[in-house]
Amino acid sequence: MDQAETPEIAHTHVVFDDGLLLDSGAALGRLVVAYRTYGTLNAAGSNAILVCHALTGDQYVAERHPLTGRDGWWAAVVGPGLPIDTDRFFVICANVLGGCMGSTGPASPRDDDPATRWGTDFPAVTIRDMVRAQKRLIDQLGIARLFAVIGGSMGGMQVLEWAATYPDAVFAAVPIATAAYHSAQNIAFNEVGRQAIFADPDWLGGRYWQHGRVPARGLAVARMVAHITYLSEQALTRKFGRRLRGNEAVGLVEDIFEVESYLRHQGSSFVRRFDAASYLTITRATDYFDLAADFGGDLSAAFRATRARFCVISFSSDWLYPTAESRAVARALNRVAANVSFVEIASDKGHDAFLLDEPDFHRALAGFLAGCAEHAGLAG
Amino acid sequence: MNSVAPVQYVAKNMRLDLRLIADMIAPGTRVLDIGCGDGTLLDHLFRTRGCDARGIEIDMAEVTRAVAHGLPVMQGDADSDLAQYPDGAFDYVVLSRTLQAVERPREVLRQMLRIGERAIVSFPNFGHWKLRWQLLWLGRMPMTPVWDRPWHETPNIHPCTIHDFFALCAEEGYEVERWLAVDEAGQRAPWRRFSGLANLFGEQGLFLLRKA
Repeated sequence: MDQAETPEIAHTHVVFDDGLLLDSGAALGRLVVAYRTYGTLNAAGSNAILVCHALTGDQYVAERHPLTGRDGWWAAVVGPGLPIDTDRFFVICANVLGGCMGSTGPASPRDDDPATRWGTDFPAVTIRDMVRAQKRLIDQLGIARLFAVIGGSMGGMQVLEWAATYPDAVFAAVPIATAAYHSAQNIAFNEVGRQAIFADPDWLGGRYWQHGRVPARGLAVARMVAHITYLSEQALTRKFGRRLRGNEAVGLVEDIFEVESYLRHQGSSFVRRFDAASYLTITRATDYFDLAADFGGDLSAAFRATRARFCVISFSSDWLYPTAESRAVARALNRVAANVSFVEIASDKGHDAFLLDEPDFHRALAGFLAGCAEHAGLAG
Repeated sequence: MNSVAPVQYVAKNMRLDLRLIADMIAPGTRVLDIGCGDGTLLDHLFRTRGCDARGIEIDMAEVTRAVAHGLPVMQGDADSDLAQYPDGAFDYVVLSRTLQAVERPREVLRQMLRIGERAIVSFPNFGHWKLRWQLLWLGRMPMTPVWDRPWHETPNIHPCTIHDFFALCAEEGYEVERWLAVDEAGQRAPWRRFSGLANLFGEQGLFLLRKA
């Protein structure tokens, strides 16, 4: 594959020329945070909701994606009259640090040599670094306290990190389909994806971009593996079963089963919108994530200072971040007598359920936010 | 018999009963309602008394309903989740019509009075005359509107009488600050000065406890 980069898109962004000090000890000299907002900030600045996106998501939550032309990844949840109601709330979503949709990441110009990219020299970032970058944006927008921070999967990790790092800046927190640390199994799946990228001849030791190439096959395989972890066995069975594609030729190379062509499609469409080095950077950030470890091994200590109202949500068929992990978060919150709601939504759609049409989930989210708005004194 | 709900903690059908419980709770206090169902009591305590009221409920459908109504409810159960809370986290811990259905009632009571200053407990009274009569006369496990499932289907694995509960409180060193006998509709029954009559005619016992 030699199609070089994603086309240049002018993403809405802010630049922080004083950069950002990272957990690794490295310092970024210049920090760019690309973001989108929906709805209107009220005069008191008290109705802002930060939505945190997942591993391969981006800031285009509730609008046509400028690259893929598809609906926003949470178009069913964020919008007028929807659970995160943009008639009522001012919704912000920022591309994560390390991402490839306009925020500073491996594809950004190097501090010391703006003519070239960071590439694989981009410093390691953590979930907390991502949250720090978001905090800079929130400060810039003049918001002292977020009404809510909401996110699924890796976005949920950011929610937990927000509550731990900026307890006074969060009124309500909704970690969805997530965990307070990455398990060995989570890390193992990520590592398969990374190795697939490294094994692609177009990876070129990480210098692919200098040669106008993209390790597309490796990145696609990474996406395919990850995508399996997002779905439940029932969901795959329901969608594809053992159905054949129907072509006569039965070979080793062609995709024979429908599930294969589905995964290939997932892989190939992904490489058109995602940078391989970003994928490595962000998967590493999730692997490093262990909130309890930052607080002496006691997860509840992470929440000692928070007064936020929590709504922890899991999905019954999610085996990537199973309900037990959400229950562990809820129990850690109980140990500091935090205000916590915890619900497991019955769904057979696996981890992906948080992105799909799940009426019980949407009702619970909307109801929780409405209750919090009442407690926060936000007019209805 | 397709109307029999799956076995869970006993159904609650008592608005008046909840009101009697609410009457025991001081305004502006921290309350945990164990087995809160769809959160009716929580909503009532928040709206009429400004309490910081939270709930635990075992049935996920009820939890979802409560959360969708904006109430802070978590899925969990009395036997395993109370141990997670710190000492003195609440002013009141409420367990209405659930004590007889938990695995270890004595331990649940201990946890309630560890995490709460006071405990409010209601339970159906197995000493009621109708139950005694059915057992004596028919020689079968009693069935009444309160005890409405056959013995092999009931979630109520630890039935007790009002006298039994007084005895347990004495054994555990709990002070009974207030108690009432309540009829099935949730009305205060007039037997409260005579526990023997209450034990015979009260369909439910309602107790406000604290550590002596």
